[in-house]
Amino acid sequence: MTALLPRRGLAQILALIVILAVDRVVSPQFFDLRLQDGRLFGSLIDVLNRGTPVALLSLGMVLVIATRGIDLSVGAVMAICGAIAASLADSHSLPVVLAAALGAGLVCGLWNGFLVAVLGMQPIVATLILMVAGRGIAQLITEGRIVTFSSPDLVWLGNGSVLGLPVPVVIALGMLILTGAVVRGSALGLLIEATGGNARASELAGVGTRAMIIAVYVWCGVCAALAGVIAAADIMGADANNAGLWLELDAILAVVIGGTSLFGGRFSLVLAVLGALIIQTMNTGILLSGYPPEFNLLVKAVVVLAVLLLQSPKLSGFAGIAARLKRTKA
Amino acid sequence: MRGLPPVLITTIVLVAGFAACAMQFPNIASTRVVGNLLTDNAFLGIVAVGMTFVIISGGIDLSVGSVIGFTTVFVALAIERWGVPPLIAFVAILALSAAFGAAMGAVIHVFDLPPFIVTLAGMFLARGASFLLSTESVPITAPVYSTVSDFALRMPGGGRLTAIAIIMLVIVIGGALLLHLTRFGANVYALGGSRATASLMGVAVGKMTVKIYMLSSLLAGIAGIVFSFYTSAGYSLSAVGVELDTIAAVVIGGTLLTGGQGSVIGTFLGVLIQGMIQTYINFDGTLSSWWTKIATGVLLFAFIALQQALVALARRPAAKREGAAT
Repeated sequence: MTALLPRRGLAQILALIVILAVDRVVSPQFFDLRLQDGRLFGSLIDVLNRGTPVALLSLGMVLVIATRGIDLSVGAVMAICGAIAASLADSHSLPVVLAAALGAGLVCGLWNGFLVAVLGMQPIVATLILMVAGRGIAQLITEGRIVTFSSPDLVWLGNGSVLGLPVPVVIALGMLILTGAVVRGSALGLLIEATGGNARASELAGVGTRAMIIAVYVWCGVCAALAGVIAAADIMGADANNAGLWLELDAILAVVIGGTSLFGGRFSLVLAVLGALIIQTMNTGILLSGYPPEFNLLVKAVVVLAVLLLQSPKLSGFAGIAARLKRTKA
Repeated sequence: MRGLPPVLITTIVLVAGFAACAMQFPNIASTRVVGNLLTDNAFLGIVAVGMTFVIISGGIDLSVGSVIGFTTVFVALAIERWGVPPLIAFVAILALSAAFGAAMGAVIHVFDLPPFIVTLAGMFLARGASFLLSTESVPITAPVYSTVSDFALRMPGGGRLTAIAIIMLVIVIGGALLLHLTRFGANVYALGGSRATASLMGVAVGKMTVKIYMLSSLLAGIAGIVFSFYTSAGYSLSAVGVELDTIAAVVIGGTLLTGGQGSVIGTFLGVLIQGMIQTYINFDGTLSSWWTKIATGVLLFAFIALQQALVALARRPAAKREGAAT
């Protein structure tokens, strides 16, 4: 665990505790859990469950950002893969459905990785292409309708439970452990960080930066595909227009809250997922407090700004902010 | 000559595309259709001018769609609920959006943060603020609105050049003059070429950054007012995703996303190409609107790949010379 959770995670954990405490004040039943039909229910479980898509996206996104990249297309990839899963669900078995959806995510990731690593495009631009075209492709698959399905296997993926926990949460946890084992159990994580720190120097030092970059975009695509399948399974249908809409921004936000710099380099998987949970805890808190959900965006904007200022290369901590404010005022 | 080859290609794509459309549907080649195309894309054309400045300077502005949304809601509420005269409401919202852009530019410069993420926060902020104002669509019934909507210059062939289309054309021409003929415009190119070099050459980088984002948000505010004329309503969810259409138009217009190259005219042609695709799909009737997104994506890819090839070609001799020198 020490390999996954660096010492710098303290701020995020404190933030989560503070937000949880606020939620407790807003809604006294926040920490209540009850077991019903072999599944746990309660606000906490709800936070975990609703936070799953963004947590999955942030797992892929954090690796991409660590290479100094960014993937704007994850929301569109979710829509594509959700659409594929929903259209195949009633006629094919679950393994086939999953293979098709994850395969599509892999192809999307490969495309992004190819544009960035081989053609040398800026990541924002390269992934913008799929972000724009992806929703069109998803609508092509669903033929503009909201495709519904009733396959119990796929529905179980979204609404079932394992050992009392919702299946999506278990999947996200599994993905976190798998990703962590792969990148931290080997030198892969280090190589990814090296690529983001200085691609040219790493290349000269013998790191296969091109392969690294393609690999992280592929992984990001697969994570997005999984998130798309879960989102589709959750509502028992695929909505090409709205599935994963703006989730790319939440995923980037989660990674940034998790302390990974947008300038690449050091990253932490656990903290990125923690960032996703912080976002979802805020969302749920705002919902429970009775404020209109419209406040979500404002709160998010303030959080992004605060985290950015803390991360700013020109600042270190609050002392810097105070000094700078004084100087700009003067 | 700067940025001419990509613009030339954009022009060829537009002319060839228009010719192909006109061959299939002869009615497309009428001033009536062209007039509608200009009217339907007026707000996009205006906001794309600002985005051109931002992208040439090496930045990006993701907040424009939200600023348009906020503007429509603010204007509608100010006129209908708070009883503010339309003209004063317009001045207030333009001042507000300019200040908003200036603030984003200041944060980008002072804290040395990537424009992408700062304007992302701006996008959340503006959209959230418009939700707070009103989540419902507010119709605008002020007499100015019907006067402006009814106003149009007759073109030969029965086409109507509406007031908002004229506003757009004026802003495109003004933007082109500002970018290509003034010191401000030259500084924008210098910033995009290299921030450090521009600074050494005496460009006030901080002031320029603030001004560029101010211009972008100001134009987004004007686009919002035009959008409210277009729909006669203010709605907090209007113009969602417009930032992507805008960036696409700028890129298709031949502006280099890494900055330093591009033109307002190219952007205008890029807007027209997107409008043309939409018009073609409307005429065809059997194609669905999502083909617009796919076609835009394909064009985006084609143009970025082309830029990449041009940049690579331009670099090759330079690299050789460098190699010879060392």
